[in-house]
Amino acid sequence: MAFFVARRLLYLVPVLIAVSLLTFSIASLLPGDLAYTILGDQATPENVAALRADMGLDQPIWWRYLSWLGGVLQGDFGRSFRTGQTVLQAVGERLPVSIELMLLAQLGALGIGVPLAIICAARSGGPFDRFMTGTAFGMLSVPTFLSAILLIYFFAVELRWLPATGYVPFGEDPAANLRFMVLPALTLALAEWPSIMRVLRSDMIATLQEDYISLAKAKGLKASRILFVHALKPSSLTLVTITGINIGRLIGGAVIVETVFALPGIGRLLIGAILTRDLIILQGVVLLVGAGFVIMNFIVDLLYAVLDPRIRHGHA
Amino acid sequence: MTGNSLLSVEDVTVNLPTPRGNLRAVDHVDLTVGAGRTLGVVGESGCGKTMLSRAILQLLPKKAKLSGRVMFDGQDLLKLSPEKLRQLRGRSLAVVFQDPMTSLNPVLTIGTQLIETLQEHLELDDAAATRRSVELLAAVGIPAPEQRLAQYPHQLSGGMRQRVAIAIALSCEPKLLIADEPTTALDVTIQAQILDLLAREQRRRHMAMIIITHDLGVVAGRTDEVAVMYAGRVVERAPTPDLFKKMRMPYTEALLAALPRLDAAPHTPLPAISGRPPDPTRPLRGCSFSPRCRYALARCQAEKPALEAAETSAHTFACFHPIETRADANA
Repeated sequence: MAFFVARRLLYLVPVLIAVSLLTFSIASLLPGDLAYTILGDQATPENVAALRADMGLDQPIWWRYLSWLGGVLQGDFGRSFRTGQTVLQAVGERLPVSIELMLLAQLGALGIGVPLAIICAARSGGPFDRFMTGTAFGMLSVPTFLSAILLIYFFAVELRWLPATGYVPFGEDPAANLRFMVLPALTLALAEWPSIMRVLRSDMIATLQEDYISLAKAKGLKASRILFVHALKPSSLTLVTITGINIGRLIGGAVIVETVFALPGIGRLLIGAILTRDLIILQGVVLLVGAGFVIMNFIVDLLYAVLDPRIRHGHA
Repeated sequence: MTGNSLLSVEDVTVNLPTPRGNLRAVDHVDLTVGAGRTLGVVGESGCGKTMLSRAILQLLPKKAKLSGRVMFDGQDLLKLSPEKLRQLRGRSLAVVFQDPMTSLNPVLTIGTQLIETLQEHLELDDAAATRRSVELLAAVGIPAPEQRLAQYPHQLSGGMRQRVAIAIALSCEPKLLIADEPTTALDVTIQAQILDLLAREQRRRHMAMIIITHDLGVVAGRTDEVAVMYAGRVVERAPTPDLFKKMRMPYTEALLAALPRLDAAPHTPLPAISGRPPDPTRPLRGCSFSPRCRYALARCQAEKPALEAAETSAHTFACFHPIETRADANA
């Protein structure tokens, strides 16, 4: 197991280097000169040249990449030329919002998707299964901005149960924080449960055809034990992958949902950085989000080994 | 017919709807097994012997249609409630499947898979169930049984896995064990060991056993009675010594001839049964073996022979032109 973890960790290094290279080149290859953007229309060529020299923009691109990477390795991701805030400060402020949203959304999506998948697989082909499969397919095609607006309409405008927009930090008032989080998290959960359900349902139907399930029945085990102990674990590898991807994606913020519900998360930070051409912030955030994604995948790989002893022992 | 038999399969028919039409996997089969007795069910692939075992266990595919009666220990299994059936399975009716590579759950330890069976049916606490599991693994010839409990199936060889499967089947002292091709997926060197283990445990525990196999060599000397199946029907049935002394059905003879023999001259071609079993979705009017039978006459294609008794009532066969016994031929 230790060897397995070490080998997996080693794979992370080249992936992260590739992520940083891509991030840097995308930001650098954007048309337009950063110095002009900062100084505005009134800039004289002398001012621009001075600023370019100051920011290192007159250096060759590989040199700029290496010096940026050197800073990153020392924990210096640079600072925004607009607000003067460092990348780490900006991300540190926004990340808790996005992570809380991500966790609540995943809990909701798994809470809806997993039980439905198990019921559908246990009675595959039955009326409930067909109804839910159809519903899931329909839900899959509803865009998040639509479900967000519908949820706001019903729960905030009509019923007045929950606030439509806004945010209170968890540390200040946990109850109020959760009230603000319910609708955004539900919006994301509604978008994600269908894929969770469809994947787990079909894996589970395949598992239920296995010989060892027949043997479990022949052993006289209760249906619940067969489903939850014998069938669920070997069926959940794809489910773990999907959840890992969802989590990785949401670490980078849910741009649409954060915008609709006015949540100060990573998604809004990213959008702001793009709109104001704040390349240092953009670069830093994309790199951090990319690293988060890669690490999430690493955790998924580890979970595979936890779920399936054959992977743990290097047999598969 | 029921009398003192433990299991009696009465007029059981299994139909499977397929895209190509209805497939009659088991066709009006009657069988009985007395308490503590051993029955061999022999036939080539696709003859319905596995479907028959699944019918007894009530583990048929959902869309299969089953008719007839399966009387086990005085109860009709087809009429039992799911809960009653569940309490019976694993407790008094146990099974060993063909392939131990797929019949054990890959993500659960050997110990979990044994202990869960014990605790489902017997009132055992964790310590007692663990102790019993170790005894069972030792009884089926697994070395270092204590360590095995924490291991996963993939850490054991095929033969060892089949021993684990047998230990699971034996765990609650069943009255009947169905072994469905228990050695087909194993190395030849292991096969005899597993069969001897089954025979030994069967005698020791006085349980009845059905061995399902395509290999007449497996049932010879290890069973009290043999039923030969072809195309879903029982075509010959006899006490084992009688069957090997004077088999009557040409199919049984062909099956025996297809066994490799140690005393054959080197490079003798293995006599195979020519042709293939009939398409089970299109039933034949006459004897289903007639297209491949070297004794077949016009009547065989027109009429289906019934399973009828020979001179001893225990020996029945379905054939219009049974093979003369060797004793007759010599006389």
